[in-house]
Amino acid sequence: MTEAAHHDMPGRTGSHPYLRSGLLHALLMAASFVMLYPILWMLAGSLRPASELFGGDAGLIPSQVTLKAYADGWFGLQVNFGRFFLNSLAISVLATLGNVFAASLVAFAFARLTFFGRRFWFALMLGTLMLPYHVTLIPQYVLFLKLGWVNTWLPLIVPKYFAVDAFFIFLMVQFFRGIPRELDEAARMDGCSAWRIYRKVILPLSMPVLATAAIFSFIWTWEDFFGPLIYISNMKMYTVQLGLRSFVDSSGTSSWNELFAMSILSLVPIFLIFLFFQRLLIEGIATTGLKR
Amino acid sequence: MSTSIQLKQVVKRYGSLEVIRGIDLDITPGAFTVFVGPSGCGKSTLLRMIAGLETITGGDLMIGGARMNDVAASKRGIAMVFQSYALYPHMTVYKNLAFGLETAGYRRDEIDRRVKTAAETLQITPYLGRRPKALSGGQRQRVAIGRSIVRDPNIFLFDEPLSNLDAELRVQMRVEISKLHERLGNTMIYVTHDQVEAMTMADRIVVLKDGRVMQTGSPLDLYNTPANRFVAGFIGSPKMNFLEAQALDGGAVALAGGRFELNGAQTGAAGAQLTFGIRPEHITPGNGTGQPLGEAKVHLVEHLGGSTVLHVTLAAGPDLTVVAPGQLKVTSGETLPLSADPANCHLFDPNGDALRG
Repeated sequence: MTEAAHHDMPGRTGSHPYLRSGLLHALLMAASFVMLYPILWMLAGSLRPASELFGGDAGLIPSQVTLKAYADGWFGLQVNFGRFFLNSLAISVLATLGNVFAASLVAFAFARLTFFGRRFWFALMLGTLMLPYHVTLIPQYVLFLKLGWVNTWLPLIVPKYFAVDAFFIFLMVQFFRGIPRELDEAARMDGCSAWRIYRKVILPLSMPVLATAAIFSFIWTWEDFFGPLIYISNMKMYTVQLGLRSFVDSSGTSSWNELFAMSILSLVPIFLIFLFFQRLLIEGIATTGLKR
Repeated sequence: MSTSIQLKQVVKRYGSLEVIRGIDLDITPGAFTVFVGPSGCGKSTLLRMIAGLETITGGDLMIGGARMNDVAASKRGIAMVFQSYALYPHMTVYKNLAFGLETAGYRRDEIDRRVKTAAETLQITPYLGRRPKALSGGQRQRVAIGRSIVRDPNIFLFDEPLSNLDAELRVQMRVEISKLHERLGNTMIYVTHDQVEAMTMADRIVVLKDGRVMQTGSPLDLYNTPANRFVAGFIGSPKMNFLEAQALDGGAVALAGGRFELNGAQTGAAGAQLTFGIRPEHITPGNGTGQPLGEAKVHLVEHLGGSTVLHVTLAAGPDLTVVAPGQLKVTSGETLPLSADPANCHLFDPNGDALRG
């Protein structure tokens, strides 16, 4: 009877079902701890006095908890760290909006419209996925230099409005292909132009993939260090990632505590996004078609 | 409102593949016309060409006397019901019905009036606030039809709308669509592969095969006087029985080892190879009054209650299906004499065309 009662629970078959399940959980928790250790260490580092950081006692639990690192980090630099957060937020949001909107337009064209050379352009677009960032870096910099956009946010935001991210376009094309063509046809019979079909039929049905694209776009833009590094020199315009780097001085005297403290803070938005949108993320990646 | 539709030598090609081969058709205004045929015959393609969802490679499509080849789908005065209903999943039933009218720029109160009227007609008013996924198959079907009605079109097109429903619902919806036609009176074109639907719903049937029209006519015309072997075998269920025959002198044929008198019907030149067709329901088992077909051994009996289906093999070899009214007391293994009235018999030449006497 005990066997039957536990039959449908994973890991709970055979003799000693609780032992087996307990062992499995313990193993998984140990593995998770190993993965989380660096972040936990960083968290501890942000809460302990500076002297304790690299000594022999560098265990996980701080002897004293102090928030001094947070205060120093926030107000310590020439520019208030909060300013960096706002900058990052502005760039990430603007870039994400442009990315998602432009990519969805292009994906709609590839998935639903017929035009001369469509296959060729699609292959070319996918080809750009194979271009390493480093190859386009210098020509792009020269271009923006000539346009006078260096030391502004424009190179980080404007290109996104031109659907430069082939990854998201491809993701959306695959999703759009899963939407039945008969909906387009019914809309055509109802008198819709291609633009109206895009706006009223395809877009509303594509929320999972749009959310996925938005989340990834936001995270990647937020975490982007290299782009801001080469295009922004004015400290007032720094993003969070550049701001973090300021703590690690080339002269060797680094403010590790402050670095850890601000790094923990910079993880908060990302963590919150994953927390609230994980279901949408999984749905967006896994869906190849509509649930009917 | 009844609008005429004419197809003049309409052709459809996908690259080098010709799918519709020069079709001439006159759709009677106000009639319920059914396009029927096996899979791949081009009936859906033809319907979509009339709707404007497929381009016309050659020939002319005339609607109400005007050439419509290059006119956009929404400007042809046509509404279409799709096989999978194609309801917008993210909109309520109300919005689904209103969408086409909103796109056309109708006023709010006009849209509301039309939607409510259509909902009344199809008895879907309680569902106006629901999404399609909260509806059953039959309800979705009615919403799909409602979406066509609100636009007040001249012509209704149906693309196998009942295929996704279970048998009982299909019968119910068949009746509803027929009643709708009676009430509205518009020209309606209905595509199906099911010849029972065709027979029961149509004013006129167009039988298609491989992109060509095999025959057009009323259901009973097609049943009683099929123009060729294909139509004869397609219309009527169970299928017509076909036997090899040879024309003999004096208006008779050699059939299954015996001579079958046809009472003066046209048989063509003596000695010609023909196909002899007789419907299962026109063969009388046991001692009948018609011409004898020979002795047959029963190897399967199906009791439907109102009729009995016998699968038999003639002494000379060929298999036949026989349908007799009522409940026959016949068992498998028995041997029965069969007979048929010559008036119910059909002859086809080697090309498949019917011989008419």
